[in-house]
Amino acid sequence: MKNEWPLWEIFIRGQHGLSHRHVGSLHAPDAEMAVKNARDVYTRRNEGVSIWVVEAKHIAASSPSEKGPLFEPSESKIYRHPTFYDIPDEVGHM
Amino acid sequence: MTRDEALFEFLLRMGDNTLILGHRVSEWCGHSPVLEEDIALANTALDMIGQTQLWLGLAGEVEGKGRTADNLAFLRDAWDFRNVLMVELPNGDFGQTLMRQFLYDAWSFVMTDWLKGSSDPRIAAIAEKAHKEVTYHLERSGDTVIGLGDGTEESHSRMQAALDYLYPYCGEMFEKDKSDELLAEAGIAPDPTELRPEYDDIVGRVLAEATLAIPGGSYVHKGGRNGRMHTEHLGHLLTSMQWLQRAYPGAAW
Repeated sequence: MKNEWPLWEIFIRGQHGLSHRHVGSLHAPDAEMAVKNARDVYTRRNEGVSIWVVEAKHIAASSPSEKGPLFEPSESKIYRHPTFYDIPDEVGHM
Repeated sequence: MTRDEALFEFLLRMGDNTLILGHRVSEWCGHSPVLEEDIALANTALDMIGQTQLWLGLAGEVEGKGRTADNLAFLRDAWDFRNVLMVELPNGDFGQTLMRQFLYDAWSFVMTDWLKGSSDPRIAAIAEKAHKEVTYHLERSGDTVIGLGDGTEESHSRMQAALDYLYPYCGEMFEKDKSDELLAEAGIAPDPTELRPEYDDIVGRVLAEATLAIPGGSYVHKGGRNGRMHTEHLGHLLTSMQWLQRAYPGAAW
């Protein structure tokens, strides 16, 4: 519908050092208002230090019908997980 | 008039502005045109109620008669309120509400900016906190005024009508009386008239971008700030805002 504001996907960074996480979506007339709306809708309880907004139509997504070809081949390749190494104690937490 | 009497008057003016406008804006809760604006308006209202607690809390302290912020908010009648007339006006449509918010925010921005350097550290501390909130309010209401003013034919005409209606109420924010002079001399609060150039600058810039014309004419609606008179609307607002404390005195939860 022409009179509807576009949909924006909202990404918030919780604290310095963490990456932005998708938290939800909202409507806004432009990018600036989307940032403001995101501030009011998603950071009221001190959730964020940074906001990204992306108009939903600009996000390219994988298709659910391609799930097989895309993801199943990796299921059988357990050697890609780094679980076959003995990690020396001195390394500590990884 | 002693300095503390002048200070009490000033604090009532600050706290009553935020209380009454905060209540007005809260009336939109659940009624805004879109969810995002509903939440944003509720946030703004809550910020202003929060500022009210600080201003009226300090007012009670300065008065020294044991009255709390709650006492002052809920147990005074219309003639004791010191808010400017603009903030008690009914909301009108969404555009009118945002125009009023913008015209108020611009003043509040300039005022709290000055008060951050007040010679009274209690006032400076409140202003420090409020100014951050007001800066965001002003950005948001200013952007909305620009968006709607420079929008469709209908939104433009509604915003121009809102400006024509509200602009004659702006002058009251810059009125000066004896208590203002006393506080200005002591460096506690500004001479209100001196805030006008910066206000005009902000308002002029935003309204020009919004393609809205500031109405001519010099008539100023006033009387709320000095308690001489309020509009008929304040009594109705207080009726709903104070109802619970009036019907069940001292009720707490």
